Amino acid sequence: MSEKELARKSVEYRRKILKYIYQAKAGHTGGSLSCIDILNVLYNHVLNVDSADFSSPDRDRYIQSKGHTVEALYVVLASKGFFPESDLETLCTYQSHYIGHPTRKVRGVEQNTGALGHGLSLSVGTAIAGKLDKKDYRVFTLLGDGELPEGSNWEAALSAAHYKLDNLCAIIDKNSLQISGATSDVCNTDPVDAKFEAFGWAVRHVDGHDFEQLKAAFDAIPFEKGKPSLVIAHTIKGKGVSYMESQLKWHHGVPSEEQYSDALQELGVAEESLA
Amino acid sequence: MKKYTFTEKKDTRSGFGAGMHELGQQNPNVVALCADLVGSLKLEPFIKENPDRFIQCGISEANMIGLSAGLTIGGKIPFATTFANFATGRVYDQIRQSVAYSNKNVKICASHAGLTLGEDGATHQILEDLGMMKMLPGMTVINPCDYNQTKAATIAIADYEGPVYLRFGRPVIPVFTDADQKFEIGKAWMVNEGTDVSIFATGHMVWEAIQAGEMLEAEGINAEIINIHTIKPLDEEAILKSVEKTGCVVSAEEHNRIGGLGDSIAQVLVKHKLAPQEYVAVDDSFGESGTPAQLLEKYGLTAKHIVEAAKRAIARK
Ligand SMILES: Cc1ncc(C[n+]2csc(CCOP(=O)(O)OP(=O)(O)O)c2C)c(N)n1
Ligand SMILES: [Mg+2]
Repeated sequence: MSEKELARKSVEYRRKILKYIYQAKAGHTGGSLSCIDILNVLYNHVLNVDSADFSSPDRDRYIQSKGHTVEALYVVLASKGFFPESDLETLCTYQSHYIGHPTRKVRGVEQNTGALGHGLSLSVGTAIAGKLDKKDYRVFTLLGDGELPEGSNWEAALSAAHYKLDNLCAIIDKNSLQISGATSDVCNTDPVDAKFEAFGWAVRHVDGHDFEQLKAAFDAIPFEKGKPSLVIAHTIKGKGVSYMESQLKWHHGVPSEEQYSDALQELGVAEESLA
Repeated sequence: MKKYTFTEKKDTRSGFGAGMHELGQQNPNVVALCADLVGSLKLEPFIKENPDRFIQCGISEANMIGLSAGLTIGGKIPFATTFANFATGRVYDQIRQSVAYSNKNVKICASHAGLTLGEDGATHQILEDLGMMKMLPGMTVINPCDYNQTKAATIAIADYEGPVYLRFGRPVIPVFTDADQKFEIGKAWMVNEGTDVSIFATGHMVWEAIQAGEMLEAEGINAEIINIHTIKPLDEEAILKSVEKTGCVVSAEEHNRIGGLGDSIAQVLVKHKLAPQEYVAVDDSFGESGTPAQLLEKYGLTAKHIVEAAKRAIARK
């Protein structure tokens, strides 16, 4: 997919994320909008997953460690044909499978997540399984920057380097915010690149909203043979809706009717500029 | 049936926040810790007045528990706060080794317990925490029933020396206990004296039990209702005294039926006074998304379910 096509897709995805969060009156808005361009590139350019053959043992694996931004994942999975988009009308409602965190009851989801700090260990295990079976599949996982202080991440980072998992790629959605404030104020993890490098990873920085940079980075995996790869994606929480951008309260804010229509209008303008 | 009324509804976590606010002013040794959920735990007033006595751990709960245990070595009284699933299951070994086994004066304060947090779904809805915590030797386990009682319990545990697990929640529920109550750890609270059945309830289920008592009264059944806010140490004397009189029991809790209040009561009955017991609890299951009302209905945790359980218990006498 060309960068322009990807950009158009992202507008559509953003619109749907907002629609379903608005309807459900629940959801994690800011972090879904910050990672959607990454998911777009993963599912439309990188991963060899196919909704018609999801049980293929050779498929690439995607595990979303920052499970709370499940709306981004659901919208992309629907567009890839894993389930009818109309299913999302039930998002977060009673007896729906489409609950507020990823669950394997939803087709296309590899792993239940939602408690932070689990995805990297899960991905290390999956990558080791691939090596054991001499498979070519790769494992991708998306972490929040606020999630990084969980000690399990650093334990997993050691294992990944120890087992030379160059079939593993972790992505950090570095939107610089979490729930209680700026990540640098809550629990600083910078310089995060130097930390991972010291742990034996190969690291690259990208603009997480730049399709060319995202494609180029993922095309270059593994960055170094015999090392796990880390993509630090610099993003903006709430990206695409100006009043949400980098605003703490939109972590799980739900737009009012007026805010929702303002957001749709802004996305409409963005779409026109891509015509 | 004694009449209980309320003029407002509030969340128990706000009672915790109010208790912390007072403690901040009263006790210079109290230190609050949190793992990126300051707003959810209602800690803002404490932090505003005591910024130096607040430790933001970020999303690193295991670290927070170990750090809390360390603070006690320096003579502090740490209140470690987060959601109940991350305050217990995620950090069980830290609690077991560094807090319980070492008998450290750490207060683990947990919001969003049980099903009633709602939309976030099963990952966040812990129904096993009371069991995990009560199994730890020396751990005191408290689950107050409303805003006022949560506030009083928060203040009371600061004066008690030893590890405590304090459990509360997110939904707004009636405030029906006294604002100026004194909270006595380990002392059951007689809500209503009765003769036909003993209903032992904890946490959010106490208000449901009161409503059940009124429904039962309308059918001529006289229920004794007791608020077991302290699950450990359990007020065995109060339980036995009640069962001697009524001869049958209903236990009600927003928790798995395995390992919670009901099982603690059953142990007392088996040992001292056999009596039929019916459980109102989650039937060994994870939760799901939904409104608190929808979930309480589906998982069988409403006044109506307590009424049915009471009738079953009476029939088995
Ligand atoms: C173990 C654990 N602790 C706390 C939470 C509650 N929680 C959900 S999202 C979040 C903040 C996440 O921040 P970040 O990782 O930066 O995500 P993003 O900014 O991408 O939304 C927290 C504390 C959780 N889900 N899991
Ligand atoms: Mg973030």
